[in-house]
Amino acid sequence: MKVSMTVNGKATERDVEPRMLLVHFLRDELGLTGANIGCDTTQCGSCTIHLNGTAVKSCTVLAVQADGTSITTIEGLAQNGNLHPMQQAFWDKHGLQCGFCTPGMIMAATKLAAGNPHLTDEEIRHGLEGNLCRCTGYENIVRAVKAGAQAMAGGD
Amino acid sequence: MGNYKGKSMKRVEDPRFIQGKGRYVANLSIPGMVHVAIKRSPYAHATINSVDTAAAAALPGVVAVYTGSDFSNVGGLPCGFTPPGIKTPAHPVVAVSKVRHVGDPVAVVVAENAYIAHDAVDLIEVDYTPLPAIVDAKGAMDTGAPLVHDDVPDNCSFHWPLGDKDATAQAIASADHVVEMELINQRLIPNAMEPRACVAQWDSFMENMTVWTTSQNPHTIRLLLGAFTLQIPEHKLRVISPDVGGGFGSKIFHYAEEVIVPWVARAVNRPAKWVSTRSEASITDAHGRDHVTHAKLGLKKDGTITGLYVTTWANMGAYLSTFAPLIPTALYITLLSGLYKIPVIFGETYGTMTNTVPVDAYRGAGRPEASYVLERLLDIAAQDLKMDPVELRRKNLIPPNEFPYQTPVALQYDSGNYPALFDKIEQLADYKGMRKEQEKARKDGRLVGVGFSSCIEASGPAPSAVAVGLGAGIGLFESGVIRVHPTGKVTVLTGSHAHGQGHETTFAQIVADELGVPMEDVEIIHGDTERTPYGVGTYGSRSAAIGGSALVKSAEKIRHKLTLLAAHLLEADPADIVYDQNSGKVHVKGAPDRAKAFGELSFALTTADKLPPGMEAGLEETSFYDPANFTFPNSAHVAQVEIDRDTGEVTIQKYAAVDDVGKVINPLIVEGQIVGGIVQGVGQALWEHGVYDENGQLLTATMLDYAMPRADRFPTIQVDRNETPSPHNPLGVKGAGEMGTIAGTTTIVSAVMDALAPLGIRHLEMPLTAEKIHNAIKAATSNGGGN
Ligand code: FES
Ligand code: FES
Repeated sequence: MKVSMTVNGKATERDVEPRMLLVHFLRDELGLTGANIGCDTTQCGSCTIHLNGTAVKSCTVLAVQADGTSITTIEGLAQNGNLHPMQQAFWDKHGLQCGFCTPGMIMAATKLAAGNPHLTDEEIRHGLEGNLCRCTGYENIVRAVKAGAQAMAGGD
Repeated sequence: MGNYKGKSMKRVEDPRFIQGKGRYVANLSIPGMVHVAIKRSPYAHATINSVDTAAAAALPGVVAVYTGSDFSNVGGLPCGFTPPGIKTPAHPVVAVSKVRHVGDPVAVVVAENAYIAHDAVDLIEVDYTPLPAIVDAKGAMDTGAPLVHDDVPDNCSFHWPLGDKDATAQAIASADHVVEMELINQRLIPNAMEPRACVAQWDSFMENMTVWTTSQNPHTIRLLLGAFTLQIPEHKLRVISPDVGGGFGSKIFHYAEEVIVPWVARAVNRPAKWVSTRSEASITDAHGRDHVTHAKLGLKKDGTITGLYVTTWANMGAYLSTFAPLIPTALYITLLSGLYKIPVIFGETYGTMTNTVPVDAYRGAGRPEASYVLERLLDIAAQDLKMDPVELRRKNLIPPNEFPYQTPVALQYDSGNYPALFDKIEQLADYKGMRKEQEKARKDGRLVGVGFSSCIEASGPAPSAVAVGLGAGIGLFESGVIRVHPTGKVTVLTGSHAHGQGHETTFAQIVADELGVPMEDVEIIHGDTERTPYGVGTYGSRSAAIGGSALVKSAEKIRHKLTLLAAHLLEADPADIVYDQNSGKVHVKGAPDRAKAFGELSFALTTADKLPPGMEAGLEETSFYDPANFTFPNSAHVAQVEIDRDTGEVTIQKYAAVDDVGKVINPLIVEGQIVGGIVQGVGQALWEHGVYDENGQLLTATMLDYAMPRADRFPTIQVDRNETPSPHNPLGVKGAGEMGTIAGTTTIVSAVMDALAPLGIRHLEMPLTAEKIHNAIKAATSNGGGN
């Protein structure tokens, strides 16, 4: 089946099997391997991307369902060589160790933080409930999201 | 000295990860690559009568299908720790006549893409005769239990005793008070977020094989591939572990797929790739823990410990994984002394075979199990003797002036100040305040608990002579090369491997300080057997202590050479030359202007025209550092929990930790390790459990059923340090990677049991799920016990 979508600002068209998952489409067809696959039951959130402006787990969407949509992956977050404030905050606050959950965390966090510059710890912890990290114990992720949310709003 | 050590430098590896450019094995794609999928046993124990691959082979897009007999030219997976008397059953890479756990490989499909490969797997028909299965560590040795391997009678692979049995039995018999209990340390599934993966490429002209694998120790994998399984000569084998998405022990071991994938690449003469799914990971990655323990602790009336007697049945699973027998023996029994002076200890472990996934090292590996046994016994002893659990522990602490301290179970602790550790945690957590708060809450009928634990760890394995003497197949030193380029830029090659630990930062801090160069002039290379010298890899919290020390040794050699060179060029006596480690300038004592810069000297070794007699050109030094001892990190953690009386749900209200990990190179990274470890340890205390039913079916094979710690279950964790440098490595560091996990489990169990104590509930087995607690509360209150 033919699918076309805009991925990180670029129009893309491919012929795919109807059963192909969006995450495989991104990784194997487009070479965008930033979205990782950490589970097979939609638990881990490593594969989180933005689809029409919403954070979704791309292992739970078929590529054909994404036909006509606009997608941003972790590779498309930095603009003109400048890190997105959330990426910067993950770096500054040591919000990652092995980095495997990180693209998904950052993609989920940017949506959580959009329009919410003053997220509380609790809101962040609840908001990231669908993203698993085995390394960090979440603490520095919470710090990073807090700082990132402020920075996204143009705060300090 | 130096500009970087002790500072929270931001990690240099992060830019690639935060931009989705992590170089994980699953991201690799090579033109012409085929995809491998594996048919696995759905039975825990069965005879294979036949495997029909015809329909799979006929599926368009399938390149080849192989069964066990095709792999007759590869060796079985070896066990690398074999103490005297151990029975080591054969472990075929692909099962031929029998399967012994759910997940055992029975056939291999090679196809043009992964979807087709998985389709073809479903088309393979295997005719099995199911056999009775055994899953229980202790029950495996019962008479009449199904035998997992004909050549391992009673399913007992080994019995490992340590300590004075008679004296310990005597001490327990004559104690004023004895705490005796049975404890289960449940099976865990490591679940690093990155599932394992393997890619292989065969060069048929050079007969070279390159294997990319998700490993914590690529050189060990190369050695085992070369000498045991694939049997391609080691110099023709290159093993690369690029970015690895967490390991926690599970990626130390040599797995069947690391043999199958390169074997396929050679057989079909195309690059080959296999990526594990999460469900597949659950039934193939080595699991952790799974002990049944019977323990007795003898005490005097005043709380002084007089002896400890421990018998453990450790589940080894269906085969002996690479280091499996090491974990419940030399890394477990030896740790039973904790932070305490215990006059006599006897410990023994039976390693038993069962129809389950093999069990091997998982974060902490033996040491959490030891701490759990000891700390549970002490909590109950405190209850029985009506003492505060902290006071009871204090009474038995090894005094600071007794280091190095020889325990009755072989280890000699290097350094520590345990009373200071206790002072610090009591202050940080406001322990007394917590107890007051608890008293008040209890009056209000609330189930609030305060937990305490103090743990020891032996990290940084290990002096090679000791390790090999105990049964290890390899020495446990580490390699480090410092290569200074003509312009003074530095490449560092280490045998350690980072899979989240941040070596690219920490090791650069060490080398930059040792040489007096800017950190950005130093790059760390790891994880490639063709680029780095033979090294041992990363586990057991060994990298800073051993890998870091190897780099310090190489830096010393570099400084020595540059000192001699500067003396020659400055026409001074080498004894009058000072190497300034802040600036990298080498100058005459008292005359900082008579100096040569680091880059000048490195270039002089490239032109090589004015070298002192006998000095070789070039600037590159290699060291292999073998530690004199383990290091002994120690910790005291406190937590406060509240239990919902109606649901049994545990809320962690406070958590505070003081750890002694020796000197700290990068506090940001060390704190990250400790907090991450604590959360993982709490996972075991409250939620995580790899559950088998009696037929050997794993009931928790997906993340739907296996409860991983989530962000919303934790408060902010307070951490502090109590630094006592390790005296026997040049950095003064101890391991930092596992202490959190060791202490996290015992601390939370202590808190939950403390909350339930007023109801007369003495002990519950982990995980302390809401359901289990709810049932226990119901049973306790309907019996009329408690308030
Ligand atoms: S891979 Fe998508 S949620 Fe785990
Ligand atoms: S950083 Fe490793 S899983 Fe989150």
